[in-house]
Amino acid sequence: MSVPLLELKGITKAFPGVVANDSVDISVEEGQIHALLGENGAGKSTLVKIIYGYYSADVGDMAWQGNSIRVTSPAHARQIGIGMVFQHFSLFDALSVRENIELAISSGKTGDELSEDITEVSAAYGLGLDPNRDIFSLSVGERQRVEIVRCLLASPKLLIMDEPTSVLTPQEADNLFEILNKLAKEGCAVLYISHKLEEIQKLCHHATILRHGKVVAQCDPTKEDTRSLAEMMIGKALKPPSYNLKDAGESKFAVRNLSRSAVNERSISLKDISFDVCEGEIFGIAGVAGNGQTELMEMLSGEVLAKDNAVIRIDGVDCGRLGIRERRKLGAAIVPEERLGHGAVGSMSLIENAFLGGHQRFNLAKGIWMNYSNARNFAKKTCDDFDVRHAGIQVDASSLSGGNLQKFLIGREILQEPLVMLASQPTWGVDAGSQLAIHKALLDLAANGTAVLVISQDLDELLELCNRIAVMFAGQLSEPHSVSTLTAEKIGLLMGGAHPEAA
Amino acid sequence: MTWLTPVIALGLSLLAGTIMFYLLDFPPLQSLYAFFISPISDLYGVTELLIKATPLAIIAVGLAMGFRANVWNIGAEGQFTIGALTGSALVIYFPESENVLMLPAMMILGVAGGMAWAAIPAFLKTRYNTNEILTSLLLVYVAILILSTLVHGPWRDPDGYNFPESVIFQDVAILPVIVSGTRLHLGAIFAILVIATGWILFSRTLAGFQVRVSGLAPHAARYTGVHSDRMIWYVLLGAGGLAGLAGIVEVSGLIGQVQPVISPGYGFAAIIVAFLGRLHPLGILFASLVLALSYLGGESVQIKLGLPLGIAGVFQGMLLFFLLSCDVLINYRIEFKGTRSTDSRSSA
Amino acid sequence: MATITTIELILLTVVSAATPLLLAATGELVVEKSGVLNLGVEGMMLVGAVSAFIAMLTTGSWALGIFAGAVAGVLMSMLFGVLTLFFLANQVASGLALTLFGIGVSSLLGIPFIGLPIEKLPALSVPFAGDIPILGPLIFGQDFLIYFSVLMVVVVHWFLFHSRSGLILRAVGESHDAAHSIGYSVIKIRFLAVMFGGAMAGLGGAFLSLSYTPMWVEQMTAGRGWIALALVVFATWKPGRVLIGAYLFGAVTILQLHLQGFGVQLPAQILSMLPYLVTILVLVLISRNAARVKLSAPACLGQIFHPNS
Repeated sequence: MSVPLLELKGITKAFPGVVANDSVDISVEEGQIHALLGENGAGKSTLVKIIYGYYSADVGDMAWQGNSIRVTSPAHARQIGIGMVFQHFSLFDALSVRENIELAISSGKTGDELSEDITEVSAAYGLGLDPNRDIFSLSVGERQRVEIVRCLLASPKLLIMDEPTSVLTPQEADNLFEILNKLAKEGCAVLYISHKLEEIQKLCHHATILRHGKVVAQCDPTKEDTRSLAEMMIGKALKPPSYNLKDAGESKFAVRNLSRSAVNERSISLKDISFDVCEGEIFGIAGVAGNGQTELMEMLSGEVLAKDNAVIRIDGVDCGRLGIRERRKLGAAIVPEERLGHGAVGSMSLIENAFLGGHQRFNLAKGIWMNYSNARNFAKKTCDDFDVRHAGIQVDASSLSGGNLQKFLIGREILQEPLVMLASQPTWGVDAGSQLAIHKALLDLAANGTAVLVISQDLDELLELCNRIAVMFAGQLSEPHSVSTLTAEKIGLLMGGAHPEAA
Repeated sequence: MTWLTPVIALGLSLLAGTIMFYLLDFPPLQSLYAFFISPISDLYGVTELLIKATPLAIIAVGLAMGFRANVWNIGAEGQFTIGALTGSALVIYFPESENVLMLPAMMILGVAGGMAWAAIPAFLKTRYNTNEILTSLLLVYVAILILSTLVHGPWRDPDGYNFPESVIFQDVAILPVIVSGTRLHLGAIFAILVIATGWILFSRTLAGFQVRVSGLAPHAARYTGVHSDRMIWYVLLGAGGLAGLAGIVEVSGLIGQVQPVISPGYGFAAIIVAFLGRLHPLGILFASLVLALSYLGGESVQIKLGLPLGIAGVFQGMLLFFLLSCDVLINYRIEFKGTRSTDSRSSA
Repeated sequence: MATITTIELILLTVVSAATPLLLAATGELVVEKSGVLNLGVEGMMLVGAVSAFIAMLTTGSWALGIFAGAVAGVLMSMLFGVLTLFFLANQVASGLALTLFGIGVSSLLGIPFIGLPIEKLPALSVPFAGDIPILGPLIFGQDFLIYFSVLMVVVVHWFLFHSRSGLILRAVGESHDAAHSIGYSVIKIRFLAVMFGGAMAGLGGAFLSLSYTPMWVEQMTAGRGWIALALVVFATWKPGRVLIGAYLFGAVTILQLHLQGFGVQLPAQILSMLPYLVTILVLVLISRNAARVKLSAPACLGQIFHPNS
């Protein structure tokens, strides 16, 4: 039997308060596409960062091509033939493709010589990259290809991909799979991190499943079905909440011909966006990140004002020129995409954070004075009603876990009994338990008659929650589709900018 | 913990000061005594300390508001100067007036002058996105040159033997002394009122909350309905107004005329006061006394030991250095909390 | 003939007035490109000026004087570097502290030397070339620091945009997290950049006390450190434009001196305001296009880098 390319034995890594990896064993063969499957927080990222020399393990051994080795730094990892494409790209926006690649390789090639190499590798794998373009002018998919080329130039024996498809359209993802398959045929191993079951079944030869930092199963994903994989990953039988969606009532939140020119070369302009969110309905906006969702949310919330008052209407009142305070008074509740620094201030207490979002609709301020005791009660009620686990409401918001803070923010808004709820990425990066709780809270809210808007990159989430879904691409919003008529393929095409109804 | 670092910083500055005196060949203990103890060993000395702390505290409360909101007005020296000039203008142009409203009117004009001078960086920042650090600072030089133009020209006292000084203010334009036999004037009461108001504003009002949110998380401020441009205007006008008040108080309470130099760098020292006081009005009260002592001590060692006056500046700079480096303790505490709880997203 | 000498003289003084700004701003540009905002330029220049002056006066060697100015600037900048890069202190506050500290230290060190005369930095003479009218003395009759300042603009441009080390430095200023994840030592690179900035600010100060004035006067920089900071913004972080900007400011400074000679009836103080007012005006003109400034400014400028996150 041949020696495995990479073998890990008993890898353990602890951070203050959490054991990220607990005696993990893994072995990767040459030419194998090896999936590392697990929920958010299962320890996948930590493990590959140990392999890549970014962290060092507390305990455990690593063998590379049969020889025991300690990878001391990412540079060392690259030197022995390990490449990695990060989930959040480590690219420099203001630098060109060539400069970015030059920074990350140790061949010492520069200038035109390197540009030729880039063009060559890019052509060999059908990546189509221009070495002279600046990163900020590239799409997310193109940026990922820069990272891939960067790894390929070093002719790696092992390529680590950390959640590579989370930012891609289904079509872009298919392209990526072709590239990875081609690499595997040439003998390069791929360590593929994901929590998307279908793509693992489609792509991978072997899967290692992590839960709470431990290896819970090893399997051949092609011989499993998604349900069994999911159960291995989550550790309990899946039961998504099922609700009978009522017929939608009248429009509570209307957007008409909303446009916005780009603030700078790195932002997206919005073109002629119109939609309605009706009483008791959950309306979803899907799309790959960076297609104008952030810019749209800023205008819907009132953080950036429209030029014309009539483009946004809450419960029949024109409010395009009204600020976020006035929109809250009209009945809007807002959950922004970023938890810390936008929806909450990390270094302020939960009491003050309750005040931050609630003082306009609740009686938390009297004239110019803050009413601390009311704010305290409001914070306490939010935590109690929404099962926010905390060490006291006087603690800083940053001490809460992502899931608990998100429950706090959602709860803070829901307790204001809004007519319209605007939520962006409501479950991004939260644990499965909190995700279920948040989904249930949003569904309950809609069932009580609130018009709910959810902007999300997570298609599964939208398909589970929404009555209707529209897709955002390049600053434009597609026609809304009822979920009953939608297929994943159709959404995928919309996310890639195609117009399936026209075709 | 937060309140411990200024004390540690003060201790380290004393230690470094001792070493410095030793290196400069002055007897360290005697020098330290001359610097820190002897200036305030009698009632007169204490009142002198309060006189110097008065402008520092008034300016620093305004600056602290700005720094909390991430608005870096470092031109308080200029706003102080202009406030002193606009307030004094009333006396210069009505030198014979015995109207009892003179004093309040001077104070109001002083505040208005400081505000007007701070309005320039506020306008340039909000309208043209121009860095307020550079504009407010550059305007200090302009303000001092305006002062110089006036005392060398139109405001020069015709009976003043050609010295570049204005007429000496008449009694109705002088802030009354509050402890007889000393120079301690009503300005000290103003300083206490400013600190008390600042404290209440800061901890109990919606405006104070909004200032804090603006500095900690600009996006969250927008989210809670704070207009960042309006916030810049408020804190700059507030800080400018207070610096202007300090300026006219200094001229009307202590100097009694307009001179080519009316501030030994109070506008800059107040920056240190604001930081040493942890950007909190109560802390500023204590910090202003410490910095006031550094001025008195500097004068004292100059007279007693022949040390150069620049030593006060060195001490002030060291204090701020040690304070900032002591904050590493707190920074690391935040750091540990941060790594444990923030998800990958917020750190990315 | 008379007019030619006047023009010649004016151009010479413009170059002199521009050189301290050029030196300090070129240094600060490199610092800012690495993502660090050091507002202590004024303080570093002052300590550089006084140190250079003392060294020159006591040793009589202008080379040692220049060297002392640079070393003093580096030492000052290291204080700032330790504070902001290792202790993660706020860069704005630390820069202000450095300036206040520099004012104090320089006045303390300079007390015994106020008003003492020294010989001006000698011109490096190029045989015959100095005899060429107008351009001769302008191009070939200057002192070492003037040539050095122009040379450094070229060197810094080459370094930043044509060398691998410069690419790394720019990358660190663009995204310290990305640079760190590739494996570059963000703190080391920034610390070196800060030290370079200190050396250049120190040289700027040295030029003031050795050549421009030449003597030591308390706070003789008179805000030039701040103008240098403004110049970096004016130049949108490009070395070539720093050169243009510095010479424009030199011209404004000299214009102010000569206006009175041309019969402009304004008090001297009003004319002295000119450089500060022009600086503000120029800052406004550049900054009003917020999007452009944002695109050309290093993305991590002034942000604290937490190495263990």
